[in-house]
Amino acid sequence: MIEVSNASKSYGDTMVVRDVSLRFPQGGITSIIGPNGAGKSTLLSMISRLLPMSAGTVTADGLDVTRTPSDVLAKRLSILRQENRIPARLTVRDLVEFGRYPYSKGRLTPEDRKQATAAIGYLMLEELADRFIDELSGGQRQRAYVAMVLCQDTDYVLFDEPLNNLDMKHAVGMMKLLRRAADDLGKTVVLVLHDLNFASCYSDYMVAMRDGAVIHHGPPDAIMTTQVIRDVYDMDVEIQEIQGRKISIYYT
Amino acid sequence: MIRLLPALLAVLALAATSLFIGVSDISLSTLLAQDGGSAAQVMLVSRVPRTLALILAGMAMAVAGTIMQMLTQNRFVEPSTAGTVESASLGLLAVALVAPGMPLIGKMTVAALFALAGTALFLRILRLVPLRSALMVPLVGLILGGIIEAATNFLAYRFDLLQSLNAWTTGDFSGVLRGRYELLWLGFALTVLAYLAADRLTLAGMGRDFTTNLGLRYRSVMTLGLVIVSMVTAVIVVTVGMLPFLGLIVPNVVSLMMGDNMRRSLPWIALFGAGLVLICDIIGRIVYHPFEIPIGAVMGIVGSGLFLALLLRRRERLA
Repeated sequence: MIEVSNASKSYGDTMVVRDVSLRFPQGGITSIIGPNGAGKSTLLSMISRLLPMSAGTVTADGLDVTRTPSDVLAKRLSILRQENRIPARLTVRDLVEFGRYPYSKGRLTPEDRKQATAAIGYLMLEELADRFIDELSGGQRQRAYVAMVLCQDTDYVLFDEPLNNLDMKHAVGMMKLLRRAADDLGKTVVLVLHDLNFASCYSDYMVAMRDGAVIHHGPPDAIMTTQVIRDVYDMDVEIQEIQGRKISIYYT
Repeated sequence: MIRLLPALLAVLALAATSLFIGVSDISLSTLLAQDGGSAAQVMLVSRVPRTLALILAGMAMAVAGTIMQMLTQNRFVEPSTAGTVESASLGLLAVALVAPGMPLIGKMTVAALFALAGTALFLRILRLVPLRSALMVPLVGLILGGIIEAATNFLAYRFDLLQSLNAWTTGDFSGVLRGRYELLWLGFALTVLAYLAADRLTLAGMGRDFTTNLGLRYRSVMTLGLVIVSMVTAVIVVTVGMLPFLGLIVPNVVSLMMGDNMRRSLPWIALFGAGLVLICDIIGRIVYHPFEIPIGAVMGIVGSGLFLALLLRRRERLA
């Protein structure tokens, strides 16, 4: 279980995450939602030890993420950030195989290669496996990064805006894939999502942030209400139930 | 690995050519004829050391350039566009002023420390300055190098050491004799070290977040890379003088051919580097025979030509 206690991040006088305490449910998909600048990405980066905290602690399965040796943590928890620009020319297969680094330390075993091939297949990248990532479209590249993180095979998988650069079809494909990763492989998936309706349709749990604080959290049914959404986004949004899903109508 | 064989043979052929080019006429028959062994003497004291020096320096410099490009995530950076070479020269000048009698290995160590400090300063500036374009990175390096160079020049001028300074900054293998190049084997050891750490260095090229996510300490990888680059630069500057462009062209050409996974590309980079240095040195020895043109000058011409071709080809690919 990931547990955040009193986590804060400040730059000078500006606090971007203030005193967040939260237990992420084990298993399933948890989505963090909130307006721009709410501190969602910062929180995710602190949980994954990419960003040092100003105060507080984060533990994953009881391991303090700031104190646990990085290579131990890399077998438990993985993260993909929102903006990824790798200038190095690597093939998709190279990239995905690097996901095995925590295990192989660069010496790939047949098992590592099998896992990489499986991850490539999972993301339907077989035909692109030998292409360089700088020759791919944004969406294809995003899928390659996700394949790499899945290849890392950790219990906790964190994604900041995984739907970045994806069109409708691939966005839905990605969410279904993450759903399968949670259901079939038993992973705990934590996402930062901008699209409220994707969060509503695919999450088991939602966390709403605003101004650096967590102001609501609960199952989608509890979060997808006119009142909560007004609290979070300052917008009056109609929530309708369509085919058993809570959908917010916020386009007009 | 099998595909490396032709490249390896080409480098060996160039090395053989290099052995038999020079002022005194040496051929296999004069070598074998027992004429008091003067041909064999020239071979052992001058030609073999020179050829080995070319190969070792070429490999080490090309690999150092690759590492720099990985660490800065920028295609246009190499030790001579990042202040590294200028810092190493300043270190050598400092030794010449303070402790001129220091043995070569000591000079090299001081030069390496200066190079390390200069390159670390370069990376620090890169972190502090918001960079809007990839071209800013080498520009920052050139400016930093220019400032260090200006200070070095001033000191050298004041203390009448401009000539030594010139020897460090212009690559020239004509003075390589037995006993004066062996330090370059240290450069070779560093090349091997880079190969052993190839996966880590490639990861560093993917940036801090990816490196951390995969459980590596970014800082220690950066430090390792920096130490290799600084020591290689110092070794080269101390023994044969700076070889411009090499660390820029070779990694870029190999990257276009086969990408940046260093585990795969590093042997190619090393061979290509050795080959290019051999070719440039051979050209420098034959165009103006029996005189020599320093390799730094030949490399400048051949290198800028190759680099232009590279840039134009890249544009074509993008179009």
